[in-house]
Amino acid sequence: MIRDITLGQYYQADSVIHKLDPRVKLTATLAFIISLFVVQSWIGYVVAAVFLAVVIKLSKVPFGYMVKGMKAIVFILLITVVFNLFLTPGEPLVTLWKLTITKEGARIAGMMAIRLSFLIIGSSVMTLTTTPNSLTDGMEKLMRPLKLFKVPVHEVAMMMSIALRFIPILLEETDKIMKAQIARGADFESGNLIKKAKAMVPLLVPLFISAFRRANDLAMAMEARCYRGGENRTKMKPLQYKARDRIAYGVLAAYFAGCVLIRIYL
Amino acid sequence: MGIIKTDKLVFEYIRRDEEGNVEGITRAVDEVDLDVKQGDFIAILGHNGSGKSTLAKHINAILYPTEGTVWVDGMDTQDESKLWNIRQEAGMVFQNPDNQIIGQVVEEDVGFGPENMGVPTKEIWERVEESLKAVGMYEYRKHSPNKLSGGQKQRVSIAGVIAMHPKCIILDEPTAMLDPNGRKEVIRAVRALNDVEGITVILITHYMEEIIHADMVYVMDQGHVAMEGTPREIFSRVEELKDLRLDVPQVTLLAYELKQSGMDLPDGILTIQELTEVLAAKYKG
Repeated sequence: MIRDITLGQYYQADSVIHKLDPRVKLTATLAFIISLFVVQSWIGYVVAAVFLAVVIKLSKVPFGYMVKGMKAIVFILLITVVFNLFLTPGEPLVTLWKLTITKEGARIAGMMAIRLSFLIIGSSVMTLTTTPNSLTDGMEKLMRPLKLFKVPVHEVAMMMSIALRFIPILLEETDKIMKAQIARGADFESGNLIKKAKAMVPLLVPLFISAFRRANDLAMAMEARCYRGGENRTKMKPLQYKARDRIAYGVLAAYFAGCVLIRIYL
Repeated sequence: MGIIKTDKLVFEYIRRDEEGNVEGITRAVDEVDLDVKQGDFIAILGHNGSGKSTLAKHINAILYPTEGTVWVDGMDTQDESKLWNIRQEAGMVFQNPDNQIIGQVVEEDVGFGPENMGVPTKEIWERVEESLKAVGMYEYRKHSPNKLSGGQKQRVSIAGVIAMHPKCIILDEPTAMLDPNGRKEVIRAVRALNDVEGITVILITHYMEEIIHADMVYVMDQGHVAMEGTPREIFSRVEELKDLRLDVPQVTLLAYELKQSGMDLPDGILTIQELTEVLAAKYKG
């Protein structure tokens, strides 16, 4: 069934990391990414690697899932490495034909590769252990200060969660329309790319019309249930920090301070 | 004055062609007078385009009258300061179950209304629990609405409305998109709310079977109320119903035909049981 698909890449497991408040995980991801750029020595990367490894171990998510996210950036990673390797000026290490690998180049390329892959794995840990729903909740709460600058934080979060709710419904609808069109002789399979793209038109038009109709209905249903934006709204499941969240913040602060110290003294 | 009252309610909308020029004015609701008592079960009947859904949207202050007035619990729906009170007191359930469920988990959806009203967290949970129990969906509270059947989804929608503690709920063809089993499920839940909780129900439908338990039936045609009365009174006027393109339940029709061919039967028989009893009493001897 198309409705059974899992959204995002949430991996269901019962772990400490899963239970953490989404705000902690969002902050931690951000801090981890910054820390990767703060440290510039190999010792720093070892510390980051250990931190990441411990978190992955705690999350109970198989390591294979983390690496999956890497596939998307393999190409970017290669380009970065190659450019840094050959185009950094400095003391020559190896010379192949006209291309020279310098000592500095090798060093920077290696660090770039580590940074990028840690960055991707680090953010996968967050998306794998947090449901899209609690992620939007966490974002809404964290971005609340932006309200001062007239950013509609609540509205954006509400839109995101409604979009998530409607993805499976619209997928099923696409499937239905597709079958209806195939039954009447439409051909979505054969032909070159342009032909295939053209064949999508009779699929997209009814899909868009129906999506607009649904949006209209939903807006009416929300108003009928007294929805009037984020003002004076209470929460059924308010986010509350627990002891483990405070500990996590402590660990995170220690890790970050360590990274800064490494940068200064080593 | 009852919980819902309309006085000479008129609603007109302007039809426009593709360039936006006025083509004409349609009177969707035409001088309708309703007076619904607290705790009543009201059915509004009519074929497509008879104005019944337009009428329903006035009670929830989604549409405003062109002429005339609508009062919900003594509040004029055109009074903007009372808008949210009106929407809380007169909850509305729509036709398509998919397009009115907001939450990604059943219990979150039921909590949506109370959240909007600013109910404290602890009370939201109490309300969610009691509403889901009232429609018999409590064991599904952790499920995703996408995996429920149509009837179950509609019951969740009803729970979402009663969690707001309304005095009245309006159901706008809640069963139109459901299979027969889902229809029975939903109607059973609605009747229980009316009987047990004493919530006023306004059920809009074109299925005759669903109105036989109503206290009062209004039949609408071309925007105005064509017939009103108890289900028994309405169903005894078979010819008129046929003129309005409405189907009479089969038993009622059978009793009517028998009567036409000379058998001595009472008017407006509504259930199979009723007819068998009458017939059995007749031919005992």
